[in-house]
Amino acid sequence: MAVDYFKYLRKEKMPHIWCAGCGHGMIVKSIIRAIDKLGWKNNEIALVSGIGCSSRTPGYLDFHTLHTTHGRALAFATGIKLARPNLKVIVVGGDGDMMAIGGNHFIHACRRNIDIKLVVYNNNIYGMTGGQASPTTLTDAKATTAPYGFLEEPFDVCNMAIASGASFVGRALDLDVPLMDRVILESFKHKGFSVVDAWSQCPTYFGRFNRWGNPSEMMEKYKQITYNIRQKDQLSEEEKKGKYPVGILHQIERPEFCEKYEKLIENLKTKEEAE
Amino acid sequence: MEEKKNIRFLSGNEACGEGAIVAGCRFFGGYPISPSSEIAEFMSKRLPLAGGKFIQMEDEISSIAAVLGASLAGVKSMTATSGPGFSLMQENIGFGAMAEIPAVIVDVMRGGPSTGNPTGPSQSDVMAIRWGSHGDYPAIALCPESVNEVFLLTIEAFNIAEFLRTPVVLAMDEITAHMREKVEILGEEDVKIIKRKKPEKHPYLPYEYGEDLIPPLPGYGEGFRFHVTGLNHDKTGFPTNKSELMEEGNRRIMDKVEVNKEKIIKHEEFFTDDCEILVVAFGSSARAAKRAVRTAREKGIKAGLFRPLTLYPLSEKALRSIARKAKKVIVPEMNLGQYILIVERVIGQGIPIVGINQVDGEPITPSRILSKIEE
Ligand SMILES: Cc1ncc(C[n+]2csc(CCOP(=O)(O)OP(=O)(O)O)c2C)c(N)n1
Ligand code: SF4
Ligand SMILES: [Mg+2]
Repeated sequence: MAVDYFKYLRKEKMPHIWCAGCGHGMIVKSIIRAIDKLGWKNNEIALVSGIGCSSRTPGYLDFHTLHTTHGRALAFATGIKLARPNLKVIVVGGDGDMMAIGGNHFIHACRRNIDIKLVVYNNNIYGMTGGQASPTTLTDAKATTAPYGFLEEPFDVCNMAIASGASFVGRALDLDVPLMDRVILESFKHKGFSVVDAWSQCPTYFGRFNRWGNPSEMMEKYKQITYNIRQKDQLSEEEKKGKYPVGILHQIERPEFCEKYEKLIENLKTKEEAE
Repeated sequence: MEEKKNIRFLSGNEACGEGAIVAGCRFFGGYPISPSSEIAEFMSKRLPLAGGKFIQMEDEISSIAAVLGASLAGVKSMTATSGPGFSLMQENIGFGAMAEIPAVIVDVMRGGPSTGNPTGPSQSDVMAIRWGSHGDYPAIALCPESVNEVFLLTIEAFNIAEFLRTPVVLAMDEITAHMREKVEILGEEDVKIIKRKKPEKHPYLPYEYGEDLIPPLPGYGEGFRFHVTGLNHDKTGFPTNKSELMEEGNRRIMDKVEVNKEKIIKHEEFFTDDCEILVVAFGSSARAAKRAVRTAREKGIKAGLFRPLTLYPLSEKALRSIARKAKKVIVPEMNLGQYILIVERVIGQGIPIVGINQVDGEPITPSRILSKIEE
């Protein structure tokens, strides 16, 4: 059945602020489809973001929404989830939000395995502030603060998440809608901290500075630097070199933080009653 | 038969924890730092016993963020820190003021700037508490002088935060935090507990206010969906760049404190009726000042003390009327002259206003204050 997007969107907030050809809106649609498929009610969802183009998402969705400070969304969300564990807590943010200023909160949320669903809208650039370099800007790529090309090495969001203990990690390109849908849906179903590295193109800055062409040409370029994780064994090391795997990259079962805390409260209560 | 009082011998930090539990605090997010760490330790033990949650966050930025998040989820929340951590919290304290989220922030003051003197007493955050975050925002701060008062003012801090829908700072110095004294632990039924005003009907606009200028606030998940942002917003909670709405919003968060000031300001007057030499002091310095005033009186000098319990907002009218009769005002504080700026503004020119300032990690002694009184 077709999804009724307006069940989840704040119609009166349209049009959105995103540029034509920006990938962020495609990720929002995948998020909506996952929520719809899971049958989550608007009233049981808290959607939290930081600051950036990506972080404008909460304004458009009809949930309990919180647009926090740059980089701090996961920390606010941790308080919400722990205080009211029955809420489904989703966090969205940009590569700058999550990997730069919010990097510390990112690794600790992964480590804690708190049941928060994180979607990083990764466009390898600071969109909102006008195209400066980000921690995921590709080496040699141009940005307003890297006019001669980015000298540093980028973070791989997924490797970072896995190394920090996230129990679900996946990646998808906005170009590949079925894969994006599947990865986000599975991450929402997962109990524990999940990270989706959702690739999005910023034609306005990244595309223009790096002469990557129009949005669909940009998508093609991104596709060329990825491979599907299912082909991991068929492809040679040479073929995979410098490329990013997409799909569900990591999923393990690990005790979830809020559940552990509730159990602690229960145990203390029974102990007290026994005394 | 008279009921037995629950008298305990506690440190200020422990009394703060006890007060928070009685006030209904059920969430604490914090990061260890002297001289405040015992509050986090206390809460980590007591909160799960009371069905609440404690979390040690990765830094103070996330601590205050988690506290604001939990408060939006409808739970009374608190954090505790000291200078360096308080500095890290500033951006999100401004967010709390702008988005109007109740929260209690305990700042156990140490010497500064920077790491300064982690274990010595100080009152050097007084201006950081007022102006630490960027932009214009209301600062509310309570300052206890004794352990028993820490217990009471912690409850008061929650009451004001809930009532005014804004962050409130409880400012202690290291002496009050670590000193052990007798405390009467009151039960929930023996103190006044204020809970935030909640909306009664749909449609709910999160920043629609009445005469008291305080909009009601439901918890996330309680059936009222709304948007919260640190951007300038209108009554609907969504961003606005209409100049008249920005002006209205920016002014209202200040005005709501002004309009309701009489309900929250607190001060103590000590021998002020006929006083000619007025000491204005708070926290541990006020205890030293009391001793100095008493000795001065024994010597026939008409000295008195004005002690603000709410540093912000200050009981300005009361201070002004006492100062009118005074010939000299003395402001002892463990910093290089911060609160004296407020006192000068309130009292104005006409009589000498002199500071006693000390930043050596030692408390200001009664004899130092006494010699200034006698000068
Ligand atoms: C503390 C702080 N520092 C800097 C900024 C300015 N700022 C706003 S958004 C942003 C970066 C946005 O980039 P990203 O997170 O990748 O999101 P995008 O706009 O690309 O979706 C920056 C640096 C800010 N708002 N707050
Ligand atoms: S600047 Fe870039 S990231 Fe921001 S809306 Fe435009 S295309 Fe999207
Ligand atoms: Mg970006």
